[in-house]
Parts: sequence; C-alpha cells; structure tokens
Amino acid sequence: MAEQILLSALSKLLPASALLTSKEALTPYECDGLSVYKGLPLAVVLPQTIEEAQSIIKLCQQYHTPIIARGAGTGLAGGAMPTKGAVVLSLAKFNEILDVDVDNRTATVQPGVRNLAISDAVAQHGLYYAPDPSSQIACTIGGNVAENSGGVHCLKYGLTVHNVLGVTFLTVDGELIELGGKALDDAGYDLLALIHGSEGLLGVMVEVTVKLLPTPEVAKVCMAIFDDIEKAGQAVCDIIAEGIVPAGLEMMDALAIQAAEAYAKAGYPTDAQAIVLCEIDGTEGGVAEFIEKVEIVLTKGGAVETRVSQSEVERMQFWAGRKAAFPAVGRLAPDYYCMDGTIPKSRLAEVLKQISLWSDEYGLPVANVFHAGDGNMHPLILYDANKPGELEETEEFGRKILELCVQVGGTITGEHGVGVEKLDSMCVQFGKLELTQFLAIKDAFDDEGLLNPGKAVPTLHRCAELGGMHVHNGELPHPELERF
Amino acid sequence: MGNLTQQLQAQVEAAYQAETALNIIGGDSKSWYGREPVGEALHVGEHQGIINYMPTELVVTVRAGTTLSEIAGALDKHQQRLPFDPPYFGEAATIGGTVACNFSGPRRPYAGSCRDFVLGCTMLNGKGEKLRFGGEVMKNVAGFDVSRLMAGSLGTLGVLLDISFKILPHRLAEQTVVIDADFKQAIKLMNHWAGTPLPVTAMCADGQSVYFRICGAPSAVERSCKEIGGTIFDDGKSFWKDLREHHLPFFDTDKTLYRLSVPPAAEFISLDGASDSDWFIGWGGAQRWLKSDLPFDVIQQYAKKLGGHARIMRGGDRSEEVFAPLSPALMTLHTKLKHSFDPKGTLNPGRMYKDL
Repeated sequence: MAEQILLSALSKLLPASALLTSKEALTPYECDGLSVYKGLPLAVVLPQTIEEAQSIIKLCQQYHTPIIARGAGTGLAGGAMPTKGAVVLSLAKFNEILDVDVDNRTATVQPGVRNLAISDAVAQHGLYYAPDPSSQIACTIGGNVAENSGGVHCLKYGLTVHNVLGVTFLTVDGELIELGGKALDDAGYDLLALIHGSEGLLGVMVEVTVKLLPTPEVAKVCMAIFDDIEKAGQAVCDIIAEGIVPAGLEMMDALAIQAAEAYAKAGYPTDAQAIVLCEIDGTEGGVAEFIEKVEIVLTKGGAVETRVSQSEVERMQFWAGRKAAFPAVGRLAPDYYCMDGTIPKSRLAEVLKQISLWSDEYGLPVANVFHAGDGNMHPLILYDANKPGELEETEEFGRKILELCVQVGGTITGEHGVGVEKLDSMCVQFGKLELTQFLAIKDAFDDEGLLNPGKAVPTLHRCAELGGMHVHNGELPHPELERF
Repeated sequence: MGNLTQQLQAQVEAAYQAETALNIIGGDSKSWYGREPVGEALHVGEHQGIINYMPTELVVTVRAGTTLSEIAGALDKHQQRLPFDPPYFGEAATIGGTVACNFSGPRRPYAGSCRDFVLGCTMLNGKGEKLRFGGEVMKNVAGFDVSRLMAGSLGTLGVLLDISFKILPHRLAEQTVVIDADFKQAIKLMNHWAGTPLPVTAMCADGQSVYFRICGAPSAVERSCKEIGGTIFDDGKSFWKDLREHHLPFFDTDKTLYRLSVPPAAEFISLDGASDSDWFIGWGGAQRWLKSDLPFDVIQQYAKKLGGHARIMRGGDRSEEVFAPLSPALMTLHTKLKHSFDPKGTLNPGRMYKDL
C-alpha cells in the first residue's frame, strides 16, 4: 500500500520517462558489473535536477523506502544491485561538465559524467584527470567517488580520494551539503575522505570537483619478459628499491599473457611465465634517464628480454594486451570471477603459489593480472555458471584467496569495493569493534538505514553466523554472540 | 618508552566511566593550535617506536608518540621520506600530533597532504576500545575510510596509537630559483608553471619575489630552471625549511597569524587594514598567511569571497572559535559523528569547535 502511495507521489513529481516501474524497463537495472547478483527494485527514477533528486529522497524517507544511487552500473562488487522494494536513483541525467577552471586546474562536473569524458574535455588545455579505472570509458565520476576507484596509475598519482577537491551531496533528509571546493582543504572533519569509498551508504552525490594535472610531456613503457614469476615479482620490488616511482607498474602471468596475446596481438611472447610493464612519465630528459635505469634493474633481475617503447603507437600496443586482459580471459571460459585483494608486494610469490595449489584442487583455472606497483592483485577464476555447483565452488575459492590476502597483511578489496559480494570477507578483515564503529558511522548519517542498505558493512549477526573467521590477533570473533 | 597501549587504554576507560575530559598530548609542540585545551593530560609522547618499515613496499608503521625526527632519520637511510614534508614546530613534535593537525609543508600541493599518505591506523575511541582501520597496503577500500578521517580531527574522534603511511623516495636533484614579482604577478606566474609538466615541488611569494623549487632527474631540473628563468637561489634548502617551520622573519609577530586556504589562482585583493608586508603566500597561491589584528570573522568573510576558508593559526582569542564556521546541516553531521566515536565527549572536547 505504502509502495503504491510512493509510486503515485513520484509520478506526480517526475515525467513518465523518468519513472520506470514495468518489469521490462526495470530489468536493465537488475545488476551492475557483477551479474551473478541480481534483483528487481520497486522503481527506477531518473531525476534531472538537484531539486528533483531532493524531492525523491524526501519522499523515500517519508515512506521508509531504501534508496540505491546508481551511476553507469559498471561496479564489480554488486554495490549498485537493486533490492526488493527499493528505489534506484539513477544519476544518468546528471551528465554535464559544469565548469572547467584552467587557472586553478579543476573541473566541476555532475556525478553522471564519465571518467574519460573529463580528460577529453580538458585535453585542449594540456590537462587531464589522473585516476583511470579500466572501465574509464563507461564508468562515472560519481561511482568513482563512491568506490574510491583506482586504476593503473595509482602508485604515482593516487586514488580517486587524492584527486577530488570537493563533493556536494544530499543527505538522507534531502539536505544539500558542500564539502571542499577549489581550495586544497576545508574546515571541519575530513568528510570528503569519508565519503570516498562509502558505496552510497552515507549520501547521494550531486556534484564533484576534481583536480586536473598537466599532461606529462612524454611517457615510455619498458616491457620485460620473464621465464619465472618469482623473479618477476622480485624485480618489481627492485625497481622500487632503486628509488624509482613508475607511473604504472603491472604484471601478468602465463595464462593471462596467452589470453591477452590471442585477443589483442600486443606482441607478448606466449611462452613467457610473466610479463612486467613499467611506465615512466614526465619531462623528456627525466624519462630517458629513468627508463634506462628501469631496463637495467629488470635485466639484472633476470628478465630474458626487455623492450622499451620507441613511439606512442608502440607504447599503446604494449598496454593493449594488459588493458584487454579481462575480456581476453573472458574468452577462455563461459564465466570468470574477478578478485580484488591487495597484498604487500614481497608476499606475491607465496600467494600465487597457494592460489595455484587451490586452482588444482578445485579444478578451476586462474589467470593473474596484478597492479604490481601497489600490490593490488586481480586473480580471475575461470568457471562455468551452467555447471551445477561451480559458481558456489568459485565463490568459496575466491573467499579463500581474500582470507589469504588478509593473513599476509593485505586487504579483501583494493579498488572494487565490498558491495554485496565481499560482506562475508569483511568479517575476516574486521572484528566486532570495528564493524560496530562502521555501523555507528552509518547511523550518524542515516539512522533509518535507507541509503543502499545491506551493502559494504555486514551486520554483526551475519558475521557471527559465519563463525570463527576473523583472523586478526588470533582472537576468536564475537565470543559473546550465540552460534547457529 | 615503547608500547603504552594498555596504560593509555586504562586512562581513557577511566575517563569515560567518570565522564571527565582528556587533553591528548604528544610532544607538546602544538599546544598553541586549535581552541584552548581542557581536561586531564593524556600523555601519548612515550608511546614510541617504528613498528614496521618495509622500504620496497613504500610503507612505514609507527607509534603515535614517535618523533618526526626519528622517523625522518630511519627513512633517510633508505633515501625515503614522508612525502608531505611535515612541519615540526618544535623538536619534540610527534607523528600523532602531526596527523591530528593534518599539517603538511611546502611540498603539499604537488605531493599531497598528510591525510593523503595515511594508509591505516590503530586508535582508541572515546570508550577506550582499541580499533584498527585501513592497513599497510596502498589500495584498500574495505570499510569506511576512518584512518583518513582521523587526520585533522584534532584528537576529538580518537587517540591515535599507531599510523601507517605511504612513503616515497627522495628526488635526485634540487634547485631553487627566484624572480622579482609583486603578489599579483607571483600568483599568475606560480599558476602558470603549476599548469606545465615541469617538476616544480614548491612555490611561494613574499610580495617582492616569487620562489620556485624544482626537484627531479638532474637534466630535468637544469632544463626547468632555464625555462622558468630568474636567478639561482643558493640558500634554497634552508629557505624552504624556514618557511615550513615558520622561522622566516615574516612569522616573527605579536599579531594574530591567520591561515587562509583558497583556490591557488584566486586573485590577490588587498584587505582594508592590511598592507602587502602583512601577507605571505605559499602552496603556489593556495595557502596565504596574514598577520593582523582584524577580527576573525572579517578574515573569514574575505577568505570565503575568494572561494576558501580561514582559521586562526597562532594567537587570537582561543576561547572563541578559531576554525571557519560550518553550516548548520554540516555541524549536525559533525556532532553525530563525534558522538559515534566519543559518546561522552571525553576526547579533546572543544579543541576544534566549541560544541564538539
């Protein structure tokens, strides 16, 4: 009944084209980039103005209806997956670049603007927006803030949180709050940091001001080929030890190389056990000096061959294979499951070895692509969802990998977010006290729990049901809670 | 010396039970900052030590009471450093206090702020519960980013026990050049060069000159100096350090020192009652120092007009507000957030805002 009243109120507020309620219209919104988790919402709304978004939020609050903000739906953790009875608030129509301030090197954009569209719009001024998640042609800046997205250039240029100067968002009460602006900091608590990676649980973004950087004069990539993945891992550490901060430092294993080469024809030798791609950018002279150093370090580290890109075309070709790794691996099996753990680089060899043992045990092949510079690994588990039980086995295998990441001092998610996918793994990484604090923060912003409920932070009950998983300090989690 | 976690935890628990206030103190080098401290002292300064340092991971984890000079010494052995160039404001300065104030030096606009390099922390909340957030890896989006929230919260949300940072290598070569320029010209010049790919790592202006520091590969430094022009400034190293530490003659004043944080290219507009010699512009235009006896709200209105905010850095009336006022809706969020960490207002009450 309340649902009908809400829908009727929304229909008075919005034009018919901005309120979707039929099954056919809702189906395209049933999942995000992680398509194994699906659900149909009560409605999808597509406001055009801040005032419309405000009114929608106030109505939803009045009728105690959950609100799920959504950008391009490219997320990989089910963070934008609809739940039954919820209203999906699409920011697709918030797609304008509002202001490019060349003198201050900022762009103020609506949250539905695509990541790459910002760099395209400011390229004429010799500027660009640095974070480059692999979905950058499609993903939106609002989603990037919500997930604190990374990319291949994080080591040198940071994550989304390091490249955003201001955010305007709506609270669950429909209040408009401005954080930051074009200055480098703001008064009060750093809510700008807190809102990054908050997965739509704290507010709905309506405007974002990003920092623009001068486009580097030149960039060169050194590709190094290894016959042993351990040597490749060590060589990555050697580059850092040499005092070099590459713009990008990536690694792929044999299966990923073979898939990428078959798909993108990047010139990767298909008998290699590992490839390291190391990009240096900056001024002409500086790049020449550093790329030479990189080549020496990689050769000393046991690379059987190194190649330095001699032109922009060749640089793009070296990257083509890495950037196409996901779709390339996608051709090897009906489905793949992408993990996102981060580990200390020095533990890479042992983690890969363990993944390989489990891969044999489960009979599920794994291709590894790795943001080696910052320790963020993306094992891609190959499976067939149509084979009964194989998805469940894959998920179990994936959870084991994430537990291992936590055990070696890392984290369950480097850049994809928790969403619905990693709720159980959150119980591994955090104990009761931390989870309680997260829930208290959520409560401070949204005491009724209407903003993207059931995502990002698990309930204590869920973790207790899962039983003895938290691996910190060797303490048993939640001893006071009843087990089932 | 060493790990004082249990002792600190017991003190916070006791204050929580007794509903009394605690005044968190590290090296006591920044007691002049923020509003007037109140409450019983909670000494964190002896909770010291580098817990984990992994040069090839570019990560270091240190106890909050560790001095900045001890950390700098350890990192320097591996040609690395805290990239945000923290001001000390006293030899006893600790890393915990630095994070609580979110203080960063002249390199901040080009490298990032203190907050930008925080990867994780262990802290005590207002109930004395020990919590660990973030971690020792560079990319980590599990859970809300509490570690970065702690930066700049002036101890009002928690007592920092240890903090993990991303660190970076030293650059190879360094040079400073000086060009004659008034403030208006300086702002134009600084923002022009900030928009180019040249490896500039600090820029400031004193009304007579504009100073540029360039760091990087030797050939890039040489070329950049030529392009920017001006004369080579031999005392560059000590100049930037004196600026960072507020040891330049400009900062020697009996007046209130205001800090204005504004968009870097915001025009230099004179303020009634202040002359050019009352200003010093750092961070390539984004951080402007003003020594003045004008009231805080006048300075704040001026900063707001430029698109930024002001605060009292040193001096002034510390029984009143020293940070820019927040909108009612934003203040409500602050109050609720403070309550979620520190339900009885035990930790540094009123140090940031009267009602927080």
